[in-house]
Amino acid sequence: MPDERSTPREPASETLPLTRWDPGEDAIEVQRSPAPGPARSAWRAFRETARGMKTTLARIAEGPVTVQYPEEKVPVYPRFRGRHKLHRFEDMGGVGSDPAQAGLEKCVGCSLCAAACPADCIRVVAAENTPENRVSAGERYAAVYEINLSRCIFCGYCEIACPFDAITMGHDYELSAYDRSDLIFTKEMLLAEPLERTPLRSEGE
Amino acid sequence: MSAIPALVGYYEPWWIQVIKGLVIFAVGLQLVPVVLIAERKLLGRFQGRYGPNRVGPYGALQPLADILKLLTKEQFRPTTSAGFLFALAPLISILTAVAAFAIIPFGDVQDIFGTKVGLYGIDVSIGPLYLFAFGAIAFYGIMLGGWSSGSKYSFLGAMRGAAQLISYEVSQGLALLGVIFTAQTLSLTGIVHAQAGMWYVVPQFVGFLIFLVAGFAETNRAPFDLTEADAELVGGYNTEYGGGRFASYYFAEYLNVLVVSGIVTTVFLGGWLLPFGLHPPGWVDPIIVLFKMSLVTFLFIWIRATLPRLRYDQLMSFGWKVLLPLATLNALVTAILVVATN
Repeated sequence: MPDERSTPREPASETLPLTRWDPGEDAIEVQRSPAPGPARSAWRAFRETARGMKTTLARIAEGPVTVQYPEEKVPVYPRFRGRHKLHRFEDMGGVGSDPAQAGLEKCVGCSLCAAACPADCIRVVAAENTPENRVSAGERYAAVYEINLSRCIFCGYCEIACPFDAITMGHDYELSAYDRSDLIFTKEMLLAEPLERTPLRSEGE
Repeated sequence: MSAIPALVGYYEPWWIQVIKGLVIFAVGLQLVPVVLIAERKLLGRFQGRYGPNRVGPYGALQPLADILKLLTKEQFRPTTSAGFLFALAPLISILTAVAAFAIIPFGDVQDIFGTKVGLYGIDVSIGPLYLFAFGAIAFYGIMLGGWSSGSKYSFLGAMRGAAQLISYEVSQGLALLGVIFTAQTLSLTGIVHAQAGMWYVVPQFVGFLIFLVAGFAETNRAPFDLTEADAELVGGYNTEYGGGRFASYYFAEYLNVLVVSGIVTTVFLGGWLLPFGLHPPGWVDPIIVLFKMSLVTFLFIWIRATLPRLRYDQLMSFGWKVLLPLATLNALVTAILVVATN
């Protein structure tokens, strides 16, 4: 059996005659400037380096743009979606305000927020209001209302789903905790007036 | 009492030598944290941020915190490393840096309480040669460190460092030749004295530029920091180092920056001399030298903030095809001019 590797191959030129592909009308003549000589390129390198150094020095003159975060904060926009808040009825004393409702929770425990939540982080257990223990304005109230903020994606669907505007997204974004269980916010925590830790952007800012 | 003869025609008692050694060592090592914080603050400003400003007033104690952190860390050693050399390499680096620092003249010979003292570690009659000798030994610090780590990143970094140092040391030496021809001396104090009329940065401007560029390469600083190109080599030759040994490498690097600044100041910027015929009292000399050194160090930091790292082949072709011919030409032209004008 002859060694395959040693058999000479057919020269390619015999089977496939080499013809130059004619680009025809597609050919584009590129006009190139003459390559700079050594002195000129050295000067160009020097000049461009100097230009770069000027650019960086201008940054010193400009001063830092850093926001010193824990001390300075960038104000958030009004629609910023931070930590949730639960709301109570306030006695506004105006037309349509019901003094009997003042102080009652807006949440009626309907669980629509929990249903809307894509991250499944809201847990609502409803209970009946009784004349002795009236918690909300509706028939029922949320006996348990928990938001697991370690799962929450801050999409704001709960806010949209809520028929009574009982839950809204607040502006607080400083939510780190040492323990995962600390991130499960209970009803009392959500109802409590949050510490004003986030500056709100004023109109036109 | 034994005395060490120096070339400038006076004798220094041995205890002056000891005191000078201690002072220069202390001052040199105190300058390194200053350069460290200056670099970090300035880099921050160059990039539109503050830099460290949490530790101490304006972040001034940041280098202290860094060094303390490094020194309290475990002296880790990879199992693949070659023990003795692994420990020795950073020592070589820091030793050569300190040794090179010894020849930087901070002032002329002063009369301090009746004792004549030269404000420099030692005025060797072969100043630049001494410098290059220790620069060549410093290369062992990098090479041994990279090799003995037993890690490919370290080794690659060390190989790059070796090639880079050898390539640029040639141009650096040749750049100094022009000055030596003009000054007709190898002593660094002699070179400063020869600049009384005009600093060598003017007649030897090309040499100055070449020396500066080669100095960036010699100290492994941007844009020639291929030895420790973080993005490619993790940390280069000091990848496997941590704790005090890493601190030594770091110290050596910044001390080398100071040494190059000092040499540039001495050789091209007139050392302790002031322009416009000003002759301040002798005690001002070290301040002038330190001021000029800080200017050069600022330039180092400025360049680092500006220029991106070169590609390896660019580094090599620049060193051999641009700097070396230019330095040779510079030395040649200077030699011809010196002979012609004499």
